[in-house]
Amino acid sequence: MDNILELKGIDKIYGDKVKTQVLFNIDLNIEKSSFNSIIGESGSGKSTLMNIMGTLDKPSNGDVIINGTNTTNLSRDEMAELRNETIGFIFQFHYLLPEFTVLENVLMPYRIKNGRVDKEAIDRAKYLIDKVELSKVKNNLSTNISGGQQQRAAIARALINNPSIILADEPTGNLDSETTDKAYRLLREINDEFKSTFIVITHDKKVAEKGDRIIEITDGKISTDIRRNI
Amino acid sequence: MKLAWGIALRFLKSSKGQTILIVLGITIGVSVQIFIGSLIDGLQVSLVDKTIGNSSQITIVSSEREQYFEVDEELLNSLNEDEELTAVSKSLDSSAFLTLDDETYPVLFRGMEFKDANKIYDFDDKLTGGKIPSSNGEVMLGKDLVENLELKIGDTFELITPEGSLEEIKLVGEYDLKVKAINESWVLSTIKTSEDVFDKEGQITAIETQVKDIFAADETAVRIEKGLSDNLETENWKELNEELLSGLTGQSASSYLIQVFVLLAVLLGIASVLAISVVQKSRQIGILKAMGIKNRDASLIFLFQGLVLGIIGSILGASLGIGLNLVFSNFVTNPDGTSLIPFYLDYKFVGISILIAILASTLSSLIPAIKSSKLDPIEVIKNG
Ligand SMILES: Nc1ncnc2c1ncn2[C@@H]1O[C@H](COP(=O)(O)OP(=O)(O)OP(=O)(O)O)[C@@H](O)[C@H]1O
Ligand SMILES: [Mg+2]
Repeated sequence: MDNILELKGIDKIYGDKVKTQVLFNIDLNIEKSSFNSIIGESGSGKSTLMNIMGTLDKPSNGDVIINGTNTTNLSRDEMAELRNETIGFIFQFHYLLPEFTVLENVLMPYRIKNGRVDKEAIDRAKYLIDKVELSKVKNNLSTNISGGQQQRAAIARALINNPSIILADEPTGNLDSETTDKAYRLLREINDEFKSTFIVITHDKKVAEKGDRIIEITDGKISTDIRRNI
Repeated sequence: MKLAWGIALRFLKSSKGQTILIVLGITIGVSVQIFIGSLIDGLQVSLVDKTIGNSSQITIVSSEREQYFEVDEELLNSLNEDEELTAVSKSLDSSAFLTLDDETYPVLFRGMEFKDANKIYDFDDKLTGGKIPSSNGEVMLGKDLVENLELKIGDTFELITPEGSLEEIKLVGEYDLKVKAINESWVLSTIKTSEDVFDKEGQITAIETQVKDIFAADETAVRIEKGLSDNLETENWKELNEELLSGLTGQSASSYLIQVFVLLAVLLGIASVLAISVVQKSRQIGILKAMGIKNRDASLIFLFQGLVLGIIGSILGASLGIGLNLVFSNFVTNPDGTSLIPFYLDYKFVGISILIAILASTLSSLIPAIKSSKLDPIEVIKNG
């Protein structure tokens, strides 16, 4: 299988005077259309790793290769474009834009990419909103819906540009177990339907076991890497 | 570009309180600026008009000891055709003495063609009794002189010329030019009478003119002087009224100073509110950047906000300022009902004020715009 994402020798060191190394020489290949879980203790470096994978953060050493493109020497704007077109983010705190409605939030990555929205894009947004069961509230301001709804809106937003990689950091962090289950079923469905690659951080082992592959980070190193065969 | 516009407008709409505050600030600033500027301009225009509105603004006189010179029809024609001159009137003047009951009074005898002179002095309006002299031997005197001498319209009296001859003249009119020194000394007649009295046929002592742009009178005078023969030169009101001018200049300078400080205060206001807003919106900018918005667009969001605020605020401000001026000129009046300061509007000044305000508010959004473009999304993502 092809690799959609490759990490080669990633180090991350914080601080100028007092240096703290958070990631140590990480090598990791993620296969196309796979569903991966990343687990690890708090402070082990999961979010740091994910931000580096998503080009939001730069590694101190090593290369991030996305879809065959080495991102090390890209400019900020080229990185932004790559991010916009190939990566969908689902952050722990949803991060919807409070000035915009649910529908407008979902369309935002599309607007960033194309400068405007057309009928086709709106139809796709509505389809995704329907998929995450938000049709009733699609014209609400994003602050006027519940936390779980906000999270599902963030999922729909991550999918609008049909990205090949979806990075999710504790996407169900503060949801009850039933809603968490529902959200994961949705992610898997999307994984099946759109063949997008998922990398999901979680601290919940039971949740992690829903993935095809479980990668455990301990003190900035990959300690276990298990593939499950379904 | 379109995206940045959309987001900018939405940001402005969703923080209405802040938007209204900034617009209000610009509105008040621009209106005060336009009000004060127009007020002082109006004041100056009316002051200048009162001072020199009814007098010669550029005068062509002899440059030699001999004050008389030949009438040059060609010169008069070219002056009459000069676009910049609104009035051209020749005069034949001489000092003389008026005698009455064995007393003599020094006067300035002025012969002019009233058809032309009216464009400068507006005698039709200044006449307080009798009529304007039209035939030989007729004169009109100023109100103050008539009172001093206790004369009546229709009286005759005698004049002693510098050559010593005695001439009989008849009082047919009384004027009031609102300047006592003139009212006490000018004896006005037709040019023909003046020629006869002083025996100076075909000669004059001055060509008086008024100009369109009074503040360019000195430049116009220089231009006219170039076309004059050697025995002639010009005088203009500016060189004769230096005190008034320096007063006006001082007034303008203080007006500019006030305007600059008002503008500065407005600018600082906008800049600080927008700077706060970029901090408030840093979360949103971070999210947009994580989703891939380019730095250029991220900064345009704030520049556009400054632009929109500037346009709305300065147009509202200009309207308010003009309105204030209208109110002021209509309701703040002299006892006789005329406005204390006439309504005066310089469209160029208003236009420039609006442009400067728009430019300034856009410029003051530059700092937040740069901040926005520098913002690193990772800061927002990590710190929630
Ligand atoms: N700017 C920074 N300067 C210094 N140390 C930092 C900085 N940012 C993060 N760290 C450290 O890096 C380590 C890894 O942080 P990271 O956020 O990746 O952990 P995590 O695995 O996501 O934890 P959690 O499960 O609590 O989210 C932590 O020990 C943290 O204190
Ligand atoms: Mg984390």
